[in-house]
Amino acid sequence: MGATFDLWKTTKTVLFYALVVVIVVVSVFPFYYAILTSLKSGTDLFRVTYWPTSFSLDNFRQVFTQGEFPRNLLNSVFVASVTVILALFLAITASFALSRVRFRGRSLLLMTILAVSMFPQIAVLAGLFEVIRFLGIYNTPWALIFAYTIFTLPFTVWVLTTFMRDLPIEIEEAAIVDGATPWVIITKVFMPLMWPALVTTGLLAFIAAWNEFLFALTFTVSNQTRTVPVAIALLSGGSQYEIPWGIIMAASVIVTVPLVALVLIFQRKIVSGLTAGGVKG
Amino acid sequence: MATDALAPLATANAPKAKSELMLQRARAARLFLIPMLVALAIVAGWPLLRSIYFSFTDATLNNLYGAEWIGFGNYLRWQVLESGTVRYRGVLADPDWWNAVWNTVRFAFWSVFWETILGMIVALVLNAEFKGRGIVRAAILIPWAIPTIVSARMWSWMLNDQFGIINDLGMKLGLLAAPVAWTASADTAMTAVLIVDIWKTTPFMALLILAGLQMIPRDIYEAAEIDGVHPVKQFFRITLPLVRPALMVAIIFRVLDALRIFDLIYVLTPNSSATKTMSVLAQENLFQFNNFAEGSTQSTLLFLMIAIFTVLYIWIGKVNFDGGDR
Repeated sequence: MGATFDLWKTTKTVLFYALVVVIVVVSVFPFYYAILTSLKSGTDLFRVTYWPTSFSLDNFRQVFTQGEFPRNLLNSVFVASVTVILALFLAITASFALSRVRFRGRSLLLMTILAVSMFPQIAVLAGLFEVIRFLGIYNTPWALIFAYTIFTLPFTVWVLTTFMRDLPIEIEEAAIVDGATPWVIITKVFMPLMWPALVTTGLLAFIAAWNEFLFALTFTVSNQTRTVPVAIALLSGGSQYEIPWGIIMAASVIVTVPLVALVLIFQRKIVSGLTAGGVKG
Repeated sequence: MATDALAPLATANAPKAKSELMLQRARAARLFLIPMLVALAIVAGWPLLRSIYFSFTDATLNNLYGAEWIGFGNYLRWQVLESGTVRYRGVLADPDWWNAVWNTVRFAFWSVFWETILGMIVALVLNAEFKGRGIVRAAILIPWAIPTIVSARMWSWMLNDQFGIINDLGMKLGLLAAPVAWTASADTAMTAVLIVDIWKTTPFMALLILAGLQMIPRDIYEAAEIDGVHPVKQFFRITLPLVRPALMVAIIFRVLDALRIFDLIYVLTPNSSATKTMSVLAQENLFQFNNFAEGSTQSTLLFLMIAIFTVLYIWIGKVNFDGGDR
């Protein structure tokens, strides 16, 4: 009896770890394979291998020397950084009002903000195109910074509001007793406490802006103004039968490695940021 | 307005001082909200209204301001021919549009269905205590961190009919008799899209469900254990009901995201009518085929569908986003 019980227990443990291994392999393998491919050159590329067989930096060299890829990288960094700074700046004061002051219509306002972040970007595409042309920023990075506010701002407001709601009321009371105005409370009392939240939200907004495709495809038309996702999507060879897979994989690895590194470093914070607001009910 | 501002302080201060403080805070709150509201009005509210307006006009890409109001003509119009037959035109009579609607709904249903099941499995694994849990959590964040465009291109290389590793693996394991043209063939294009989307977004689902699982007090399970409740029964009677609120929110986030899908399909299966979704069709009409009014009509219809779905879901499912008051 005892022996069979142990056998069952062992089987269960083995099955559990098999599942764990499957999850890890499936998650990591495509990225591993992209790295593998990016390091191959010539005919090696068209031989399927599961382990590294060659090590050539040719593809990486080509990415940086052919076309406008370095420029695209700079565009992406610029657009994503400015978008994040702008969103955080507008969001901090707004989320103070939404989290610490009670006023009529607050819940409705919060729901509206959530709705804006969830609604389909295609629904505003035509109207946004008109506004962007009107402002004269079509085919410039500013068009994208402008457009990205539509998803970064509601998101940052929403997450910062849930973070700020959880700050203890006593701190604020003490500041009020000392005669602090709301502005002073935000900048001198809350800001120092909010750094972790700001880093997390900023990082998530940065990733969203860095990855965005629909607006970038629509509002920029020349190689010099494109961001990285559009550049990678449009990378092609002379004909549809000569897709430069090695170069595409090299470019993909270049734009993904910093993201993966950031995400792994800020793992815990990102997980809490992603789930904040959404799943408290 | 704002009579209960700063209610927690009500007991701490004298009535007069309190009301002044309240007013000051309410004023500050209004001031703090204005920049954000103005920004949202310019980038979201106004463009949305203009897009809807364009759908009732004959606007073209090069002639936005000279557009004339034509009512519901872009949606549906008809013409009685001399022979007496009625011919319908407009988006609602367009088979391409209904094909895109069907593709979008099919995609949204199957992707969220599998993401929920797989996400639940991954979340349950991560909720257990075992050696190497940190590695698993780090690993599942990788698909989430990879840009959609990059994962589309990565997978289209892996799914390549001649040199792809998926075909190679499938044939070595005896699962495939011959190489499959995953992204090019109309029969498998949707499957290919689903595989990539499920791979990429299951981690998000898993993390949201995990957050819900971690809020379930452990002693409930201890009590069930003592009562000898079978683990499977524990899952259906304890875990599932208690994680339901988190699950409902996660599902609606994912459905709304799936209904507007654009990038993955645009890059993985370009020009395939087997996968073309509403967003892709609308974007092409707006900016590539010079059917600006028709594209606006399609994007307005998509917006309407998503709005109706969201309201019904929140209403029927009694979803609580717990946004405002505690």
